[in-house]
Amino acid sequence: MLALQGDFKEHAAMLRQIGADPVEVRRAEQLDGLDGLIIPGGESTTIGKLMVSYELLEPLRKLIESGRPVWGTCAGMIVLAKDLGGLRQPLVGALDVRVRRNAFGRQLDSFETDIPMPEVGDEPVHAVFIRAPLVESVGEGVEVLGTLEDGTIVAVRQGNLLATSFHPELTGDSRFHLYFLQMVDAETETAAVSS
Amino acid sequence: MVTTQKSTELTKRGLAQQLKGGVIMDVVTAEQARIAEDAGAVAVMALERVPADIRAQGGVARMSDPALIEEIINAVTIPVMAKARIGHFVEAQILEALGVDYIDESEVLTPADERHHVNKHEFRVPFVCGCRDLGEALRRVGEGASMLRTKGEAGTGNVVEAVRHARAVYGEIRRLSCMPVDELMAYAKDIQAPYELVKEVAREGRLPVVNFAAGGVATPADAALMMQLGVNGVFVGSGIFKSGDPSRRAKAIVEATTHFQDARVLAEVSKGLGEPMVGIEIDTIPREQLMAVRGW
Repeated sequence: MLALQGDFKEHAAMLRQIGADPVEVRRAEQLDGLDGLIIPGGESTTIGKLMVSYELLEPLRKLIESGRPVWGTCAGMIVLAKDLGGLRQPLVGALDVRVRRNAFGRQLDSFETDIPMPEVGDEPVHAVFIRAPLVESVGEGVEVLGTLEDGTIVAVRQGNLLATSFHPELTGDSRFHLYFLQMVDAETETAAVSS
Repeated sequence: MVTTQKSTELTKRGLAQQLKGGVIMDVVTAEQARIAEDAGAVAVMALERVPADIRAQGGVARMSDPALIEEIINAVTIPVMAKARIGHFVEAQILEALGVDYIDESEVLTPADERHHVNKHEFRVPFVCGCRDLGEALRRVGEGASMLRTKGEAGTGNVVEAVRHARAVYGEIRRLSCMPVDELMAYAKDIQAPYELVKEVAREGRLPVVNFAAGGVATPADAALMMQLGVNGVFVGSGIFKSGDPSRRAKAIVEATTHFQDARVLAEVSKGLGEPMVGIEIDTIPREQLMAVRGW
């Protein structure tokens, strides 16, 4: 997982629980040999600036082009997006969505709720939103995995890219991490067959 | 029926989780806030005077002017924190009404209550509080703090107190982790901490909330030192805007906090930063002017 800033240790703990072997990535050369990548929650402006200073943007785009699954939570969703509706900050820009930062307001508007997410499991996912972004619009080929009751889009997938406004790493429910590992396993198998 | 809840313990503690591995910078103007954001700060602390000036000028230090805090809130997209005096729950109410993202109940300001801290459970906004040892840390969590910071000695540019407090907190956690259960009650009594929280720390081997370092961090090496000692991130108060080249130093401290274990990066970012803030030897400060001893 990308360990520039944010709650990457919580993601690592979840991954270990379900049998994966996470490593922390702070420099481009550490991306070599990864089966997938998680970009954690944190401050998207900080993560973006560190990605520029340590020349991670291009290698990340290549990793995504190569088909490796990449999942962004909260700040991670923001840096994956193509469009922030006019806000200028460094982005990987691979996910064809328009994202609005701090979309629900300030910290006092942070909240928890349950979201039906049939792709991930039968029971709704309990989700925590912290100064969270939302997806305002999606391009072609972007599948909506979850919305709030009012239709606000908070989880999407586009091929090997996964993005959530909320933090499955903080709620002790490993189903989203299992879903991501399935994406990773499927990609690893495809890569093995084609080579 | 879907229930949605705001300002829960999870959302309050969760914001601190998002700040981990980052630097929170003291700023006194909207312009400084923008410089901090551009340098990669994860949040800013909005205040009228940095601790070094509070120390130099003396007098009673209070909550900042709400107009200034609002101006800073409007200047940046990252979270904005602000300080209330220890025990001054009305300053805290005002800061909550302004919509700040975190309140620092801070010993840097002149305490308003010499016995009680704010009952932080009553608030929707989360609080960060200072600590010098595990007992103080757990008393603050018991009162509802969602984040901690070791105190250090603010406004000195001298990291020695921050190191002392971090070593005290993490040393006590290590001791607790291998303590038999039947000794925990006496230990809780000794360090004057709530028993349930002592049990939790013994079981988990870590604090219940995120803990940053504060007070005296002035260089990238200071920030990395505190990270290697085990804190989750750093507050830099006077160290940035009291130095020769604030923007460059701010960026260097951000990078040092991320790459805290990589001495090559630390060497690179430490080059040519210009004058650091002038430091103060702790022994030369009259005892009644020490800030870290405030807090009960």
